[in-house]
This record gives sequence, structure tokens and C-alpha cells, in this order.
Amino acid sequence: MRLAAQVVDLTKFYDLGSVVVKALRGVSTDFPEGDFVAVMGSSGSGKSTLLNLLGALDRPTSGQYFLGGRDVSTLDDDELSAMRNDMIGFIFQSFNLIAQYSVLENIEVPLLYRAGYPPIGRAEREWCLELANMVGLGDRTDHRPFQLSGGQQQRVSIARALVNDPQIILADEPTGNLDSTTEAEIMDILHKLNEDGRTIIMVTHEPSIARQTKRQITMKDGLIENETLIKQSIPTR
Amino acid sequence: MTHIIRIVRLALKSLLLHKLRSGLTMLGIVFGVFSVIAMLAIGEGASAQAQRQVLELGATNVIVRSVKPPTEVVQSSSGSRVLSYGLLRSDYKILTNTIPTITKAVPIREVDREIRHLKESMNARVVGCTADYLEMNHLTLSQGRFLTNSDQENLLNVAVIANEVANILFKFEDPVGKSIRIGSMYYTVVGVTKDRTASAAIGGSLSGQDYNKDVYVPIKTLQAREGDLDIKTQAGSNTAEQIELHQITLRVNDKDAVLSTAEAIRETLEQTHPRTKDYAVVVPLELLKQAEQIRMIFNVVLGSIAAISLVVGGIGIMNIMLATVTERTREIGVRRALGARQSDIVEQFLTETIVLAGSGGLIGVVFGLLTPVTFLGIQWFVQNFVMEGNTAGSDVGRMFFDLQPQIAFWSLPVAFGISVTIGILSGIYPAISAAKLDPIEALRHE
Repeated sequence: MRLAAQVVDLTKFYDLGSVVVKALRGVSTDFPEGDFVAVMGSSGSGKSTLLNLLGALDRPTSGQYFLGGRDVSTLDDDELSAMRNDMIGFIFQSFNLIAQYSVLENIEVPLLYRAGYPPIGRAEREWCLELANMVGLGDRTDHRPFQLSGGQQQRVSIARALVNDPQIILADEPTGNLDSTTEAEIMDILHKLNEDGRTIIMVTHEPSIARQTKRQITMKDGLIENETLIKQSIPTR
Repeated sequence: MTHIIRIVRLALKSLLLHKLRSGLTMLGIVFGVFSVIAMLAIGEGASAQAQRQVLELGATNVIVRSVKPPTEVVQSSSGSRVLSYGLLRSDYKILTNTIPTITKAVPIREVDREIRHLKESMNARVVGCTADYLEMNHLTLSQGRFLTNSDQENLLNVAVIANEVANILFKFEDPVGKSIRIGSMYYTVVGVTKDRTASAAIGGSLSGQDYNKDVYVPIKTLQAREGDLDIKTQAGSNTAEQIELHQITLRVNDKDAVLSTAEAIRETLEQTHPRTKDYAVVVPLELLKQAEQIRMIFNVVLGSIAAISLVVGGIGIMNIMLATVTERTREIGVRRALGARQSDIVEQFLTETIVLAGSGGLIGVVFGLLTPVTFLGIQWFVQNFVMEGNTAGSDVGRMFFDLQPQIAFWSLPVAFGISVTIGILSGIYPAISAAKLDPIEALRHE
């Protein structure tokens, strides 16, 4: 099975002067293509740090992180930016749409930062429209974020995460700010994406959401406490 | 190119999100640019005015005028009660005979007399002069002729009157050929001069001249009829002054020779007037150079004052952009997460400030082009609410109302360029601080 991403003995220490916080103490795991992983754990367990590292927002203190055939841990700031743009799709808990842009323009944002700044042509526009249709917002492309409900905003951010056809999709509690009906809708979209072969790594607090994924990683004290393959229903405990 | 269009478009979008805030921020630059252009236009107008006045005196002319010396000097030097000072006819002869660069010279004597024609009378300045006076003072005739050399030789009682005099004395008749009484003598009017704008006072030695209430007579006739003694009755006491010539206007053959000729004139007069300096040498060309320097000083001073308001505008932009960066920390984090490099963030915020400052600058330039209109408004306001009584007629008043702002066209691109530069300067720090934000921190920012 091909790997979408792989982390090897990843550590992350924060030097706060008097103390060194060991947020990650050696995490290794593989993310095969088409995987759907839920990362769980209480706050302070290191799951946010892991997500930041997976999202190429930060570099590890030691260890390797392979994404798209490159070791992200050795890249400089501009290369990390390029990596995030090209390889990673972000879905945030609070949607994080840009207020002054319309739905379509929000979906286009990652296109603005592609390497070499190629112009956004008709093909790109149509692709963005297609994504808007896919998340069910084809008739609201001119709306601004404040005119949309939370669920609709999250759909926009899903479309935005897909626009550069990333290697992995990172979702940070994507349903944390939504009611249960909308939560189900968003999860449906994520499932559909996963069925289409997208690799999704999702941080969540809620066991009910985590149960809908293929694999569950529980973090504790900067280490992976256990991994559960849910779809196969093989308890490792 | 498409990239530039795109980032400008995005900057506009962000600015339009807060229309009022962007507008107010822009206003600082608008007024800054406007005041730079307006100040320079007024400075330029004032200097053009000064140059015009100096050129009216003639760039190749040298004017020597009699000046009343301080009273102590007079009393000690002459025992008589008659004040005797000023240029002499011998000075005129010496100057015209010894300095070869002088091509023309007009001796002038001025007395105030009542002039009459039938029942009409007025007080006028009677100017004794020669034929060259007409041309050297840029006067033109509306009818008749000016004084000639033969008028001088034959001591004829002929006079040329200014237009305003003609209007007062001859309401319904043609003045040419009629006779007027000057003091106690009768003169025949041979010509009328056209209106000429009054010259402003220049320096301390040359007062403003209103050419429109003048009567010109041959200087030799004036000397023969009136003598050199001028008795004035003032507040019950009589003062008598003996002045042979009030002024000698000299024309130099070449502009380059003006300054050296003026020097020669000064040296000559120093020898003929060894005891008191009862004359002044006015060189319009020197005044022109002074006016040029004054213009420079004006421009620098006014420009700096205006530049201060531009800087204040720039500080306003910087202030707003710093607030904007804080306010949009989350947006910056999102953009970074979606792949924006630090340079992209710098570019974005810098473009916003440049667009802000640049459009402010453009509006300021448009306002600046309206400076002459604005200035008309200011003149109207001053005339109606500030000036009282005779102030408007004074030299300062006349200067103010004659002033026409002249937009220096080089100042338009310069002011615009400065505004854009200020946009860049005030935007660079907020932009860099935005780019330096840690994306993880920025994403967490509430």
C-alpha cells in the first residue's frame, strides 16, 4: 500500500527558558493513501502539536516527516509554505474564511499562492465552481461568509481545502462548532471524499465522530497511547 | 502583470471592507498632497508676481532716486531752513557722459499740483521728463503724441495726461488741444496715455507708482516755470525742499552689463555726493535675483510645512495598518496555512498601503489642480470678513488680491510620488510585522 505520509520518531520540544516542554516524545506512524484517521486525546496530549507538524506549520525538534516524497523537517519557511499550498488541505474548527471574499474567491485563495503565481484562468474558475457544486453551494458562490450558516461556511472551507488537489486533508475538529444535523452533513462530505480516495487526518474530541473513521489514534503525554482500526473492528486494547 | 493586477484588486477588496476607515485614512494623504501643491502654487504665483513687477521696471534699467536723508544730518549740513538734497542735473550729465554702456537716460522731477480745466479740478502728480519716459516705463498712448525733444528745447507748455486724469477733467470732450492749468501755468494737452497697472513698491527706496493720475510735461519747461523749490503746506506749517531731480532712469545697452554699470553709477555718485547719501540706486535685475532667491526660500518653507501634513498622513496610515494587522491576525494565519509565503503577506499589506496612499495622492492632485478656485474663495472671504477699510488698498492688500496661484506642474508628479513613498514607508513596518507572525499563533488568535 502506498503511503500518503509517514512520521518517524517525531519529537517536538518547546524551550520555555526555565522548563522544556516535551510536547511530542517520539511519534511514529504511517498514513496510507485513502486512510481516514481520527486523532484523539485530552488537551496537552500533543495532538495539536502533531497536527501542526503534519500541516507543515512547524518543524519537529527531531525525527522525520515524509510528505510527497520529501522530508518536511528539513525545509525552510518558504518551502514549508509551498508544501502547505501544494500538498495539504486545511479544514478548521472555526472555518476561517476570509471575510471580505465571496464564496468563490475564498475557494480560490490557495490558487493565489501557487508556485510561480500562474494566472487564475477560466479552467481554474470552472474547477472552483465544480468544487462549490460538490459541497452543495453552487447557487451561493457570490455570497459572503457572513451570509452563510456555519455548516455552509464549513463546506466552503472543505472546497477550499481541495482546490489544489492535496496529498492529505487535515481537519481540526471540523464539526466542533456545528450542531448535530450539520455535523452529519459535514461528515457525509468527508466520507465521500475518503471514498474517492482522499487521505483525511482529523483531530476530534468526540468518540461518536471518531468512530466514523477507519482508524483511531489516541495520544497521551506526547506519545501514541494506542491505535484502533475501527472499520475492521479489531480492538488492540 | 496579471499578478500585479490581482494583488491590487485584492487590496482594493480589503480596503473597501472598511470604507469609512479607509476613506478617513486616505484623507490625511489627500490633504497632505493638496497642501503641497497649493503651497507651491501660491509660492510660485507670488514669485511670478514679484518677477512681473520687477520686469515692469525693466531688466536693463538702473533707477537712481533721490532719498531724503535723516534729519540730523540735514540740519548739521545746511544752515538754511530749506532742505536741499537729492540728485542734481550735474549728476545726470556726468552719468550720461562718462558711462558708455548707458544708452538712454531720463531725468525725472515730480511735483504734486492741482490741475484744472474749466470747473473740473484734481490733484495730480506732475512728472517732468523727456521723450524716452514713455517707452522706458512701458506706457502707451491712446491718442495724440508724447513729449518730444523740441518741446524741451523750446520750453513749450505742453502736457500729456494719463487716462484717469483725462476722464476727470474732460468728461465729454476730446482733451487733445485743450488747455489745462497746472499750478498757475497753462499747458496744452497733446496726448493721453492708456491705463497702466500700478507698479508695486519694491524695496524701501522705490514706492509704488500709480501711473494713472500723472501729468507729463517737459522737464525743462517744469524747471523754468516752477523752479527747483517745492513748498508743501502741511498741518499749518510750510516745509520747503529743493530737489533738482527726483529720479534718473538709465537704460543699459546689454543685460550682462547691468550689474557693472550699476557699480559704476554707485561709484560716480559717491564722489559727487561725498557727505550724505541722499540717493538710492535701484537695480531691477538685482531685485529679480533677490526675488528668485525669495521664491526659493518661499518654496522651501511652504513646501516643508505642507510636507509635515503629508508625514502626519503617513503616520495615520501606519497607525491604521498596525491596527489592521492586529485585527487581521487570524486572516494572516489562514493565508499562511493555505500556502502564503512571508513575502506574499508583505506584498499584500504593502499593496494595501500603496493603494491607499496612491489613491489619496491622486485625489489630492485633483484637489491641488483646483487651487486657483480655492484661492479665489479665500480672497473673497478675506475681502468680506477680514479686511477693513483701506487695508485692501495698501501694498500688502494689493499684493494679496493680485496674487494668482500658479500650479507648478512638476509638483503634481512629485507630490504624488511622495505620497506613494510615504505609503511604502508607513506600510513596510506593519507589513513585515504581519509576515513575521507565527502561523500557528496567528491561527489561534481570537
